[in-house]
Amino acid sequence: MSTSPADHGAPPTGDVGAGPTAYPDEPAPLQRTSATFLGMPSFQTAAKAALADTQQRRNLAHATATIRGKRAAVVAEVEAWEELRVAGAAAKDEVLHHLPHYLEQLEENLTARGATVHWARDAEEANRIVVGLVQERDADEVVKVKSMATQEIELNEALEAAGIHAWETDLAELIVQLGHDRPSHILVPAIHRNRAEIREIFLREMGEVGRPAPEDLSDEPARLAEAARLHLREKFLRAKVAVSGANFAVADTGTLVVVESEGNGRMCLTLPETLISVVGVEKVLPTFADLGTMLQLLPRSSTGERMNPYTSMWTGVHAGDGPQDVHVVLVDNGRSHVLADPVGRDALRCIRCSACLNVCPVYERAGGHAYGSVYPGPIGAVLNPQLRGTGSDVDKSLPYASSLCGACFEACPVRIDIPALLVHLRTQVVDEASGRSVEALGMKAAAWTFADHRRLEAAQRAATVGGRLLGDRTIRTVPGLGAWAQARDVPTPPKETFRQWWRRTHGDGAGTDGTGTDGTGTDGRTA
Amino acid sequence: MSTAREEILGRLRAATADVSTPVGHRGEVPVIQEEGESEQATVELFVENVADYRAEVVRCGPDEVAAAVADALRRRGSRSVVVPSGLDASWVAGLAEDGVELRPDSALTADQLDEVAAVVTACRVGIATTGTIVLDHADDQGRRALSLVPDHHVCVVGVDQVVHDVPQSLGRLDATRPMTWISGPSATSDIELDRVEGVHGPRNLDVIVVG
Repeated sequence: MSTSPADHGAPPTGDVGAGPTAYPDEPAPLQRTSATFLGMPSFQTAAKAALADTQQRRNLAHATATIRGKRAAVVAEVEAWEELRVAGAAAKDEVLHHLPHYLEQLEENLTARGATVHWARDAEEANRIVVGLVQERDADEVVKVKSMATQEIELNEALEAAGIHAWETDLAELIVQLGHDRPSHILVPAIHRNRAEIREIFLREMGEVGRPAPEDLSDEPARLAEAARLHLREKFLRAKVAVSGANFAVADTGTLVVVESEGNGRMCLTLPETLISVVGVEKVLPTFADLGTMLQLLPRSSTGERMNPYTSMWTGVHAGDGPQDVHVVLVDNGRSHVLADPVGRDALRCIRCSACLNVCPVYERAGGHAYGSVYPGPIGAVLNPQLRGTGSDVDKSLPYASSLCGACFEACPVRIDIPALLVHLRTQVVDEASGRSVEALGMKAAAWTFADHRRLEAAQRAATVGGRLLGDRTIRTVPGLGAWAQARDVPTPPKETFRQWWRRTHGDGAGTDGTGTDGTGTDGRTA
Repeated sequence: MSTAREEILGRLRAATADVSTPVGHRGEVPVIQEEGESEQATVELFVENVADYRAEVVRCGPDEVAAAVADALRRRGSRSVVVPSGLDASWVAGLAEDGVELRPDSALTADQLDEVAAVVTACRVGIATTGTIVLDHADDQGRRALSLVPDHHVCVVGVDQVVHDVPQSLGRLDATRPMTWISGPSATSDIELDRVEGVHGPRNLDVIVVG
C-alpha cells in the first residue's frame, strides 16, 4: 500500500492556494464552491431566464421525452427490475457503510496489479496530483473521457493554467468545450444545442485547435459525428496521457469500469502510455459479482438501451496491452461530509445514470444550468447542498427546486428517495434561517389572518383593490417572499371577493341559508 | 501533518461511526438474472438483439467460418485485415487469394493500425438479453487496440459461448484480464438524440455465430 509522494510532497504548480489543513476532530469539510458557480443566483432566479429560452425548452422537451420513452420500454423487458433496484441499493449501502474497508481493499488490489493509488482530500489536491503526473511525463496535452468527477474538480481549468491542453473526446463534451459552454445534462451534456448550432460551432472552432471541420459540413448528425471522428483521431493517435473517471471501481479485484457509447473512452483507455483515472471515493463496488446487477441497471436507466455500445474494464497494468503507467486518484472533496449525515448519505449511492433528470417536470422546463453545478436535476438538488453546504443562494434554493412529485424516486435504479432527502434538506435550510426570514414572517402573518374571519375578510377586500389595478397580468415576484413566491406565480387577486359578489347579485339579506346580513358565513361555508 | 490517505480514511470512519452492522452484513451478493427457455432460444435471442443494434449477424456451420469472414470483408470493401496471433488460422485462410492483405499483429503502432481496414477476432462470451459480445483480449482476440482502431470488426462467436443474461457471463470471465464489452457498433445520440452509428470505434460490426 503506497501513496505517491505527489499526494503531499511536491509544491503546487500555479496558484492553488494553501494546502488543506488537518482538523481531525472537526466535522468533515465541505466542498469549496468553484469560481464558475460562485455567486450563482438562486435556482428560481436562474430558472426564470431559462424558461424564457424557447429554443432550449423545445430541445429539452424533445430530448427528455425521447429518453423517457426508451427507458420505459427496456425497463419493462426486465421482470425482476424491482429486485435489481433493491440489490443495487444494497450493494452501494454495503460500500458506503464500510467505505474505509472497501477503499483499502481497492487500493491493495490496484497496487498489487501495478497501478499507483493517490488520495486527494479536495479538488485542489486532486488537480495538483494530476497536473504533477502530466508534467513529470513532459506532456503538454491530455485526451479526456467524459467524467463528472473531473468536471466537479474543474481539472480542465487547472490543466490549462499549467499550459496543458485537455481535449474532451465525448461528442457532446466536445460540442460544449468548442462552444465555450457548460454541460447541462449528465448524460447528454449538449442537450441544449441543436444541430444547426453544433454545425456553426464546429465550423468556427475546430480549426482553432486542430483539424478543421470539412468546409461543406452539413447539419446532418452523421456528418457532424464524422467531423468529430476526423478531428479527434489525430489527437487519440498522438496523445501520451489520458485522463478518465470511472463508473465503478471494484474493491475485491481492483477492476475499473468505464461505460460509454462512442469508442472515445476505449481510445483514451487503450492507446496512451499513461492513464490517470480520477475516481470519487463513493464509486467503489464491493465485488466483481455486483457488476451483474449494475450493468443491468445502468444502461437501461441511462440511455434506455439494453446495453451501452462499449464497456471497458481494466485491472491495474496489463502487460503488452494498453497503458503501462496506470494511476488512480481517489477523491473525497466533500463526500465524507455527505456520508456523515445518516439520512443524506443515501445520495452517495448515485451511479450518475441521469434517469431522474429525464423524468423531472422541473428539470424538463428549467434545464441544467439553473442548478449551478455539474450535477443538475433532482440528484443535483440533493447532492450539491450536501457537498457544498447551504451557504450560497443557489445551494439554499436547490431543495426547493422540486414539486416533490416523486417521479425521480420511481426512476432511480438504486432507490435514492430524492423527495425525502429534499424535505430533509428543506428542514435544514429553514432551521438555519431560524424564523427570521421574510418568508417565515409571512407565514406567521398568514396564520394570524386566517385565525379570525374578520381579519381574513379585511385582507380579501384589500387584495381586490390590487386585483382591479392589475387587470389580467400575472404576478411573478413578490419582493421579500423569497423561495415561496419565486417558485410560484401568485394568482392575480380577483376584482371582488365572493362575499362582495354575493351581496351585489343577491342583495343584502338575500341569503337565507345561514348567510348573515353582514355577509359572513356562520360556519365558513360561504368563505 | 497526516497524509491525505490517513486523513480521508479518518474522516470516512468518523462519518460512519453510527453504522453498527459488520462488513458483509448483506450476505451473499444476490444473483438476479433471466433464465433462457433453451440453449437454442438463448442463441436466437442473442442473434436478434445483436441485429437490433444494426450490427450484421450471420449464422453458419463450423466449416463455413472462412467463407462467412471473406463475405463480410467483401461486403464492406475491406481490403486489409489485422490478424491476432492466436486466431484460428483456418478462419482467414484463402483471404490472400481474394487479394486481401493479411497483417499479423507484430507490435503494430496505432498509426499503422489506422491504415488497416478491418480486424477479425474471436470472443470470450456472448450475452443474449443484451446482445453483447465480451472480449477478454486473449491471443485469439488480440490486444485492445486491434479491435478498436480499424473501422471494421468481424467477430466470430461460438454458440457454446453464448449465455443468457449478464450475471451468467461474469461466471465465465476473469476479472484480472482487460475486457471490452461490445453491444453493436460505435454510436452516439448526442445530437438531438438522433442515433448515429459510428463515431470513434469501428463503424461496422459483423458478428458470425458459429454452430
